[in-house]
Amino acid sequence: MSCGTALSFLTYPYFDMNTYLQFFLLFFKIGIFTIGGGYAMIPLIEDALIRKRNWISREEFVDLMAVAQSAPGIFAVNIAIFIGYKLKGTKGSYACALGTILPSFLIMLLIALFFQSFKEYPLVENIFKGIRPGVVALIAAPTFTVAKSSKINRFNVWIPILGALLIWAWGFSPIYVIVLAGVGGYCWGRYQNHKQAKS
Amino acid sequence: MIFLQLFYTFFKIGLFGFGGGYAMLSMIQGEVVTRYGWLTSSEFTDIVALSQMTPGPIGINSATYVGYSAIVHAGYSPVVGVLGSIIATFAVCFPSFVLMLLISKYFLKFQKHPTVESVFKGLRPAVVGLLAASALLLMNTANFGSPDESMLQVVVSILLFAGTFIASYIYKVNPILLIILCSAVGGIVYSI
Repeated sequence: MSCGTALSFLTYPYFDMNTYLQFFLLFFKIGIFTIGGGYAMIPLIEDALIRKRNWISREEFVDLMAVAQSAPGIFAVNIAIFIGYKLKGTKGSYACALGTILPSFLIMLLIALFFQSFKEYPLVENIFKGIRPGVVALIAAPTFTVAKSSKINRFNVWIPILGALLIWAWGFSPIYVIVLAGVGGYCWGRYQNHKQAKS
Repeated sequence: MIFLQLFYTFFKIGLFGFGGGYAMLSMIQGEVVTRYGWLTSSEFTDIVALSQMTPGPIGINSATYVGYSAIVHAGYSPVVGVLGSIIATFAVCFPSFVLMLLISKYFLKFQKHPTVESVFKGLRPAVVGLLAASALLLMNTANFGSPDESMLQVVVSILLFAGTFIASYIYKVNPILLIILCSAVGGIVYSI
């Protein structure tokens, strides 16, 4: 047993922690600048991981995005888990995800602690009276943008209309609409395969 | 009990939240405002506005805020409220961990599978419906004012809605700038 082995026992885990800390700090930094939703993260990740460090290839990144987008859950967290796993396995994914989550968690916690007392000022309430209808418009606008990108046509336009009516007019939980749509798509696919097999 | 409800609710939101931030909003709203009444409709809109202006995904922002305020509204101290926000934030991310780590292991095989593709043929249009429902549910008197109380607020709100919609959808103006403009209009019009 040389002194070197004893030292490597000390340094190896330290080196490892350092790698995870590096991931954590990198995604923490990205998390701080992700303003206005998960998609704002894409150019930051591209810059930090592909251009500056070459940790993953551009093709891999495009694939990762496609999967993170189609999986349920928070897009930014999904991306962080995926990249972390790619770089350093399960622990890597914890480090990256924690880095992404923490800035918004801390800032929102501060707001939650102080917002109620802020709102007692009439000026603040007046400002929010102006903001609220604007925010509703900001939510309405992507409905049409997403409708275009998810190829809504005259054959499937009934799906979003029925879905919106179920939730808005009849008070169904959106979860039922999601489950129904998934099962419906599955059955439709089976039916199409069946028809193809016959002819 | 409320801690379990918080965990269960945000776990569900994380598990069924397809289609990203805004599509998740209808689910968060359905559970948090309609079902449990943890937030009022206007509080919910305020959080969306704050989320737009602060860093981070909307899902995390709302989980953190709702976790805290649901616990504090239930009569616990702010310190316990912090615990609530940790629980809600953890719960909304938890399904992502399980699913993404599974997908990471079986990555590309999974993505191009015909069954997965046909499920998404149904899901994609439904997400558009979820987005529409979010917007429709928020077009209420809590956000636009009621004609019985203040006709001025209703008119100003409709103008702000139309202006923001056009600026965002057609001219792609930055949402943060739009929120700042709306806040200036509100701060001036309602204060004089």
